[in-house]
Amino acid sequence: MNYNVNEKGYYGEFGGAYIPEMLYPNVEELRQNYLKVMAEESFQKEFRELLKDYVGRPTPLYFAKRLSEKYNTKIYLKREDLCHTGAHKVNNTIGQILMAKRLGKTRIIAETGAGQHGVATATVCALMGLECIVFMGEVDIKRQAPNVARMKMLGAKVVPAKSGSKTLKDATNEAIRDWINNPVDTHYIIGSVVGPHPYPDMVARFQSVISEEIKTQLKEKESRENPDFVVACVGGGSNAAGAFYHYLETPEVGIIAVEAAGKGIDSGESAATSALGKVGIIHGSKTLLMQTADGQITEPHSISAGLDYPGVGPMHANLFASGRGEFISITDDEAMEAGLELCKLEGIIPAIESSHALAIFETRKFKKDDVIVVNLSGRGDKDLDTYIKYFNL
Amino acid sequence: MNRIKNTLSENKKLLSIYFTAGYPKLDDTIEILQQLEKSGVDLIEIGLPFSDPLADGPTIQASSQESLENGMTTDLLFQQLKDVRNTVSIPLIIMGYFNPVLQFGVENFCKKCAEVGIDGLILPDLPLAEYEEHYAKIFKKYGLLNIFLITPQTSKERIRQIDTASKGFIYMVSSASVTGSSDGFGKEQENYFERIASLKLNNPLIVGFGIQDSKTFSQATLHTNGAIIGSAFIKMLSEKGFAGISSFIKSIR
Repeated sequence: MNYNVNEKGYYGEFGGAYIPEMLYPNVEELRQNYLKVMAEESFQKEFRELLKDYVGRPTPLYFAKRLSEKYNTKIYLKREDLCHTGAHKVNNTIGQILMAKRLGKTRIIAETGAGQHGVATATVCALMGLECIVFMGEVDIKRQAPNVARMKMLGAKVVPAKSGSKTLKDATNEAIRDWINNPVDTHYIIGSVVGPHPYPDMVARFQSVISEEIKTQLKEKESRENPDFVVACVGGGSNAAGAFYHYLETPEVGIIAVEAAGKGIDSGESAATSALGKVGIIHGSKTLLMQTADGQITEPHSISAGLDYPGVGPMHANLFASGRGEFISITDDEAMEAGLELCKLEGIIPAIESSHALAIFETRKFKKDDVIVVNLSGRGDKDLDTYIKYFNL
Repeated sequence: MNRIKNTLSENKKLLSIYFTAGYPKLDDTIEILQQLEKSGVDLIEIGLPFSDPLADGPTIQASSQESLENGMTTDLLFQQLKDVRNTVSIPLIIMGYFNPVLQFGVENFCKKCAEVGIDGLILPDLPLAEYEEHYAKIFKKYGLLNIFLITPQTSKERIRQIDTASKGFIYMVSSASVTGSSDGFGKEQENYFERIASLKLNNPLIVGFGIQDSKTFSQATLHTNGAIIGSAFIKMLSEKGFAGISSFIKSIR
């Protein structure tokens, strides 16, 4: 079984490029060039140097001793929270901005939900001196004011998406519309492993540095490259794609994807796509998504803005459908408690997205000598407001 | 013979109108269709609303959202169209996004189209390759023409490919834009219309996006077979209702 993308842009039955003809030249240009460009020695050199000197890679693989004691197993944390800008998102934006430059693009657009991908995009645009426009739902702009300010300080223009529910899904629609209107000079930096082929594969490759490092680091610490399980939260799924990437074809490594159940899977306010979704088309990709019986895309809910997306990347849809991945959903409450627990036990304030991955230990039992790597995708600074309100701090 | 082909063989500049079914009111569909035919329109695109219309500008987005809030569904649209052929005889095309069709079941959708007398489909996010591999046979079985789009950025090679795959007409997107966003056509568009016309394609060309009045209609149809008006018609409908249809159409051509 192959869990990577095939030559037609599909993971099993998921993926493809369901895009209007207006986007065909842009997406086709990318499809024809991305592997070739990524294979260039000069590209790899620049990418690797920036990851090292600018992002601060490799990020540590940290043995969480007290957390491990509590749950009577061996838990390692892959510290993506220590990346420049506070999350794994920057691995992808560095890669894509280098790609955009090589394709001769001078204008960069991006969508953002909570603002993490927007900040990571604004950051690399500042670094490269390229024009940057970030689309963000009007509702999100109001609830994520610090990140809006960050983007502005970094020189980006933040454009409010006023259509639909005015959140991430609508920001993505607006970014796609902008790309239709500006087909020649613009590159669209998608922030997750979603969208038309080749985006899911390209983003996964840029993020795959995470599992590449886990292999080397685990070898040093445990004298083995492969953990028993690798765990990551999934919204669109880019940090998970990076953490799983080099283990996809290694069946002895268990893959655990953690989705946001919101207020509960049956509450009507959830983002647990594998449990609630059906096969359909969202943002140019055939994948699992939450929708009405009539094929209208529905609004998700999660306390974590980064998981608040009604679809999931096609790679993950295939991991779910094929049974290769174990999918667990975690409620808002469970995630918040797990986040606070990591603060108390390890002195690390996690992003609420990552807290979902940490919350599985309450219910999913592991053996004492199991080695588990949890991808700690981001830090919690951006979520302080939510933590303060939730815990009355 | 498919009604679309029949109409295309007439020697005149065709006027096609797009409207969103279920807007302004849920049950307006048939009335709008009848009035359009009476006003002399040659071809109609019935918009099946979608929650996330990627290729559409603010006007069609808003009408789609309102239509969905009014309660429009795929099932309901087919119910509304059940007897349409008793009163409307010009070609009818359903234009929508692929996901609602996929959820309805592509074969089931095509079957329903044939039953009520739909002549073709425009599904902008169903790519050529997917269509040919999975769905062309089904469309053919039910006598439906699939209309493809080209844009100023479409390569000559791909235009030829699309021409070969097309059986009705080619929907020529006037400029690099979403629907409803043009302030008239300039030299660049005129050159593009002429350039494509000079390729002498097998299929007639009908221009869409940015046509709003008689001036843009004449510009768009100088070298092509017709033009489609969507956003401008919906705007008029929002302001004046049915009463404005006849004078709007007469003001175009």
